[in-house]
Amino acid sequence: MHIVVCVKQVPNTTQVRIHPETNTLVRDGVESVMNPFDENALEMALQLKEKHPGTKVTALTMGPAQAAAVLKEAVGRGADEVMLLCDKAFAGSDTWATSYALSRAIGTLEPKPDLVLFGKQAIDGDTAQVGPGVADWLGLPCITYAFGIEIAGGQAVVQRAFEDGYERLEVALPCALTVLKEANVPRMASLRGKMAAKKLEIAPVTAEQIGADPARIGLTASPTRVVKIFSPPPKTGGVKWQGEEPAAMARRLVEALRERQVI
Amino acid sequence: MAELNYGLSELAQEIRGMVREFAETRVKPVRAELDEEGRFPAEILRELGKMDLMGLYIPAEYGGTFEGDSLPNIIAVEELSRICIGVSVSYAANGLGADPILIGGSEAQKKKYLPPLASGEKWAAYALTEPNAGSDAGSIRTTAVKKGDKYVLNGTKQWITNGGEADIYTVFAVTDKARGARGVSAFIVEKGTPGFSFGKKENKLGIRASATRELIFEDCEVPAENLIGREGTGFIWAMKTFDVSRPGIAAQAVGLAQGALDEAVAYAKVREQFGRPIIANQGLSWMLADMATKVETARALTYAVVKTIDAGSKDYSKFSAMCKMYASDAAMQVATDAVQVFGGYGYMKEYPVEKMMRDAKILQIYEGTNQIQRDIIGLALNKEYAAAARK
Repeated sequence: MHIVVCVKQVPNTTQVRIHPETNTLVRDGVESVMNPFDENALEMALQLKEKHPGTKVTALTMGPAQAAAVLKEAVGRGADEVMLLCDKAFAGSDTWATSYALSRAIGTLEPKPDLVLFGKQAIDGDTAQVGPGVADWLGLPCITYAFGIEIAGGQAVVQRAFEDGYERLEVALPCALTVLKEANVPRMASLRGKMAAKKLEIAPVTAEQIGADPARIGLTASPTRVVKIFSPPPKTGGVKWQGEEPAAMARRLVEALRERQVI
Repeated sequence: MAELNYGLSELAQEIRGMVREFAETRVKPVRAELDEEGRFPAEILRELGKMDLMGLYIPAEYGGTFEGDSLPNIIAVEELSRICIGVSVSYAANGLGADPILIGGSEAQKKKYLPPLASGEKWAAYALTEPNAGSDAGSIRTTAVKKGDKYVLNGTKQWITNGGEADIYTVFAVTDKARGARGVSAFIVEKGTPGFSFGKKENKLGIRASATRELIFEDCEVPAENLIGREGTGFIWAMKTFDVSRPGIAAQAVGLAQGALDEAVAYAKVREQFGRPIIANQGLSWMLADMATKVETARALTYAVVKTIDAGSKDYSKFSAMCKMYASDAAMQVATDAVQVFGGYGYMKEYPVEKMMRDAKILQIYEGTNQIQRDIIGLALNKEYAAAARK
């Protein structure tokens, strides 16, 4: 079996701040880590590898050269192969263009993957669009919010969680899943894995190498634009009236609501 | 934080980072629970195995990662101990059980028993102590009688760390009663061997996560090929094992003391009385200064002993005893002082320092009480100075 796990390098959220004037992420001095949900996707792949000997796990990412660090982390934990999509032509890709690029990259992998895994969403953009997007480009069935999987006879039984219940779905392989945090506890890298990762040299793969249509990648090909990034203003405590007659306080409330054109 | 330069290898530094993160994320959240319930940290050991951390003391040809530098292993023990020595003793006891095989075992024994220990697939234990043979380890009564191509073991071992949990036991038994300590032999006994069973699990003051149990041998037949070395060499393997394992106890002590110091300083900075943090009181900050100095002295001595052993010194019993004794006395003192810094809160189970104080006590007792360590040092001094006088 061949499992591809798409991983993304994100800023460590416990350290992220937003610049008060420019409203953009302050990335200076912020450590980059593997997107936490992608860790669960990778762990799912590694557990399947333990259950099904002979399984190959490939970690794939798209990003700047330093994104190789998440691939090394993946190797440290047990991924067999990695691919780093890194090309100026990809810069500024939105979820549509990114999904296209990743699907082209997956298309070049041998053998054809049986399973393509993603984290539920990335904690920086929070769109949750790339997993289903890639599945669509590849023409694969996609199950989102997966937290469990059993594979037997070319079929997978996937457990899927919602706020109000669970589903058990049967799906033919190949398929794509986006994985929840509840799926597992991600392992830490092993000593031998870390040593192997240190020695690993990761050659960037370009848009041309994956045969990507230049009209479908990068900022200009992206149908969406980020107009503004801002942190929501902190909640003020609201206004309180107390100590007066209830009727007087009700009058104040109505006036305030009228003032704000709520009623 | 400022650090002394111990010239740690890249591997040792890597291990320190890995185990520190592991101990913080995997051990710290459960240590109080393991202590309260007296639950063996099986999951934690299994995870350490998956991370290739169970074979740091085993050479590569037997599946480990040891390449002549013992500090990675010592530092792994230290970092686990910083969070919980109930866990670290369960981890380190594997090395204690394996050491007699490493030191005195045949090539066949090493090939058979070390690789599954290095991978963490199996666990080991060291079985010397008996009800009437503690410090006087030479007076053990468990017997091994040769019968054809087997030895028949009879007797009871007491307070065996990893007892019941381990798969491979190195057991010391008398093969020639007339020869005293020179009549002791060491055997590898596998769990599941008929006639080998486990007695009661002890309820302890500290290191409650570790399993401390009786081993019972009733006409237990062990293949003769499981004898380590020759008959009568057992006591030598036992003592040589302690010479290399005592720095491991010292590492536990250094880790525990560091953990207690970390807690004490952090608390002293946030606890306010009389309108200011208690660390602003000279009496208290001097206590912390003494604690910190003891921790670093213990670490420096321990690492120096380990480097001396690694460098091939033949004469290191004295130094092994020194670091075990000094570091464990320091740990007891530092943990007790940490409770004092916390005041009433320190006495409560909601805070980690009372556990550290309970745990620390064993370090002054096991693998030779600190009185025995002083005996070893005194004996060595006597011999060394006599030799010097003859020259």
